[in-house]
This record gives sequence, C-alpha cells and structure tokens, in this order.
Amino acid sequence: MTTTYAVLSEGLEKRYGEVHALRGLDLAVPEGTVCGLLGPNGAGKTTAVRILTTLLAPDAGSARIAGHDLVRDPAGVRRRIAVTGQYASVDGDLTGAENLRLFARLLRLPRSRADELLEEFGLAGAADRLARTYSGGMLRRLDLAAGLLARPSVLFLDEPTTGLDPRSRNAIWDAVRGLAERGTTVVLTTQYLEEADRLADDIVLVEDGRAAHRGTPAELKALVGSRAEVVLAGAGPLEPAAAVLDRLTGSAPDLDAERRTVGAITTDPTLTLPRLVREIDAAGIHIVDASLRPPTLDEVFLRLTGRKETAA
Amino acid sequence: MNALALEGSALVGRNLRRIRHAPAITVMTQTMPIVFLLFFGYVLGGALAVPGAEYRSFLVPGLLVATAAGGLMTGMFQAAQDTHRGVMDRFLTLPVSRAAVPLGQAVADLLVCAVGTVPMVLVGLAMGWRVEGTALEALGAFGLLLLFRFATTWAGILLGRVSESEEAAGQLGSATFMLPLLSNAYIPTDGMPGWLRTLAEWNPISAVATAVRALFGNAPVPTGAAWPVAHPVAGSLLWSLGLLAVLVPLAVRRYARR
Repeated sequence: MTTTYAVLSEGLEKRYGEVHALRGLDLAVPEGTVCGLLGPNGAGKTTAVRILTTLLAPDAGSARIAGHDLVRDPAGVRRRIAVTGQYASVDGDLTGAENLRLFARLLRLPRSRADELLEEFGLAGAADRLARTYSGGMLRRLDLAAGLLARPSVLFLDEPTTGLDPRSRNAIWDAVRGLAERGTTVVLTTQYLEEADRLADDIVLVEDGRAAHRGTPAELKALVGSRAEVVLAGAGPLEPAAAVLDRLTGSAPDLDAERRTVGAITTDPTLTLPRLVREIDAAGIHIVDASLRPPTLDEVFLRLTGRKETAA
Repeated sequence: MNALALEGSALVGRNLRRIRHAPAITVMTQTMPIVFLLFFGYVLGGALAVPGAEYRSFLVPGLLVATAAGGLMTGMFQAAQDTHRGVMDRFLTLPVSRAAVPLGQAVADLLVCAVGTVPMVLVGLAMGWRVEGTALEALGAFGLLLLFRFATTWAGILLGRVSESEEAAGQLGSATFMLPLLSNAYIPTDGMPGWLRTLAEWNPISAVATAVRALFGNAPVPTGAAWPVAHPVAGSLLWSLGLLAVLVPLAVRRYARR
C-alpha cells in the first residue's frame, strides 16, 4: 500500500529582506495524521503555515496540498484546507453567529451549517454577542468552528492554544483529536512540547527555517535516550556519584547541589534501574531515590536544539 | 461573475452589519460635513463679500462633494483594519474571488453614503438651498456624487491595503480632510493666486463641485478655468471613471498578491 500525502513540500524557502525565515523546509504528512511543527519563536513555523495555506508565495520550493499544486493552483488548495490563525481569523465587529453565517455564505453552505457549529462548539449562548467581547478560549473555538464549516481535508492550526487557560486548551485538544479520528489531516504548530506529544502522530522539530529532526514522539525521545538520576542522602559531596554516572552513561552528568541530585542522559539499553542502583551502592554511595525514565519532550527539545547551538 | 456577485453581496452585508454594531466613525464622517456646512455658511459666510444666501447655495453642493470625497478616509480606515487584523487571513484562505472583499467594502460604503446624504440635503434645504434646475439634472448631480464617492473609496481601499498599520492609515486618512480646502468646494477659485488656482482647479473635487452646482442650477460654470472645471460634467466623469479604471485593478491585485 502506498502512502498518500495530504501535505508534501520540498525545499520551501522564504526571505524577508535580510531574514531567511525558511531555508528549505521539507514536509511529508500522510493523509489522516496529525503533524506537529515544533519550535521556538522565530523558527519559521508561522511562515511555513502561511505559505502552505496560500497566504504567502514561497521564494523557492514546491508543495502539494490535498493533491493541488500550491504555486500553480492556490484556488484548488483553498477549496480543501482551512486555517485557524495565531490571532483569531474572525471579525471582532460581528457577532459569533454573523461570523459563521458570513463564512458559510461565502462557502455556499446553508445557514443551518453555521448554527450547527455554534451548537457543537458551545457558542450557541453567545451567538449574538460581538466576537470582540469573547474570551480567548471562546474566540479560538469560534475560529476553529469557522475553519470546520466546509469540512476541510487538511486543517492548519497555528499555535492553537497559545495564551489559553488549561480548560480551554483541553477543549481545543479534544476537538483536534476528534477531527483526526474522523480522518482530517491536521498540521499544527506549537511551542508546547506537551501539546505536540499529546496530539501529533509525527513531530517535526523546526529550527532556523529547516526540519532539524523528525519522528514520532517516541522516536524523538529515543533519539535523546533516557535520563538516569539519583538523589543523594546526607550532606556529602556529589562528585563520587557523578563519577559513577559518567562511567555508566558515557555522558557528562549534571549536578544540582540544592536538590542533591546527579543526573545524566544515556542511550545504553543495558543500563537498567536495578543496575544503576547496584553500581551506586557498590561505590558506597547512599541514595534516597533513583530513576531512569524517558526524557520529556522539553528535554528532547533543549538537548537537540542546544546541541546545534554549541555546534554553531 | 456570478460567483463574484454572490460573494460581493455577502461581504456588502458584512460591512453594513459592522457599521450597525460600531457606527461611530460612519456617523462622524457623515455629520462632520453638516457641522462644516453650518460653520462656513453662517460663521465664515457672514464675513465674505458674496451675499450670505447666495454663498450658502454655493456651499451646499460643495459640501456634498467634500462628503463624497470622504470615501478616501472611510475606505482607508476599513481596508487598513481588515488588512492588519486576523480576519483577512480567513478571507484570503477561503475559495472566494480576490475582488470580493474590496468590492463588498466599496459597495457598502456607497450605500451608506447615499443614505448619509439625506440629512445633509435636509439641512441644506433648511438653510435656503434649492434645486434650481430640472429634476433630471438633479438626478444627474446625485449620480455624479455617488460615482465620485465610489472612485474615492477605491482610492482609500488601495491606500488602506498598502498601509503600514491601522494607525498610519488613520493619520493619513484624517489628513485627507484638507483636500476639499484645496478646491472650489468651499470658496471660488477666482481669488486664489495663479499657481494655487491651477492646483485647485485640477483637484478632481473642483470639477465635481462645479458640475453639481451647474446641474442643481446653483452657480454657473466659471469662465477662464482649467479644462476639468470649464467642462465640469465631462471632467467629473473622466476623473471618476479614470480613477476607477486605474485604482480597481491595482487594489484587486493588492488583495490577490501573496
């Protein structure tokens, strides 16, 4: 079986004067999957979304979205996609209902479709209030509802939960998961590793306008390895424990005198928690806690991008 | 073309609804000229050599044209707001014609201006201004006013679309109230120094004001004026249609540009 890609881009480049926002971004997002573009501010995520949604023309490179060529057939692309922007792409001087009815009319959809989505996103009660009086979470829901009017094949979400409280964030996450289950391809950008971890089937770490790393959340974590950490008892020096961890993991341990911890990243599959404890014990070091766990995506991110910083 | 009509009318509705929810700017741009009319008609008019009643008959058509020129400001405000707010991303990622957004804005603005002219006409009538020509000529005058409004709105849309920010557009837009001052909208150009007179008479506002005065039968076409003022109806049509022919494609291209 061959994979069909909802988004396939090659060598996308974009410059703004001196700033090289994208330096050859390649993406391959299989149909029906969720792809997370993860990266810090200024990495090029938003530029990528603006290009893929036909708002910007790339300086170089090509892309096919839902089978339509981005450069030659932007109108075809627009018929298959929807976007939820970093800033709500709705009209603040219209009510929620007026917004959805306007977009529905532009899409030749019946008014009932707008009302259906107001209901679905819990906005029926606020339907006749001006959108600019909505809370951040309500605005984002209205924006998402606007994007879903026409049942797009590919949905782009640019930092969908930035600035939202946890409850609103969970509501957006539930909506995205629901869409993915029903087969919509989702491309989302985020600065939150937890968000990418929870929603994305594949993660692309974007750095300096390029895909620095890509893989499933588990693969990215495996790439970095596990983190071994011990918490020392008493008030003695940390160095002996550091020496043991250095020998076991082959990587430079980090010491925290405050928390009395010594930790190090390991990619050695034979290093198990019992072996870690035995080795520490054999060295005559007293510990109150020990752990060997997969790194969080935050650690992955810091490590993978931090590495590049030292190389540069 | 059918698609553009459907999308354009949806966006006309959008712009009218926006005005209903936030009428302040629209009300201001339509009532300021009435304040001007009273100020020029009674405060300044009393000090002018022209007999007061005659000056007020001269002034009302001038103010109607100055109001029509206000499309420059309203067009700029609205287009800059749309351009610098998130909603534009939605419009541009929808499969709709690139001309629909500016067209919807321009047509809505025209409707608002047509309705907004009524109070001004009523105040003018109360001040002693009358339609002194035929009804057909009067209709022609209103037609020229609306055509000119449509042209200035498209100029505003283009400027608003290319503006750096909403604030920049706001400042530039507010500065456009000066344009009627450099025309014969408020005072005849005869008394101006030669170079200023030439400048004022080549201001499109002067041609339209002269045409409207002539069609309402309020004032004759001045002699010895520059071509657009000496041939005011042709001059007004050429100015308005010429501006539209240049500005509409430019504005639509700016909306389509990625």
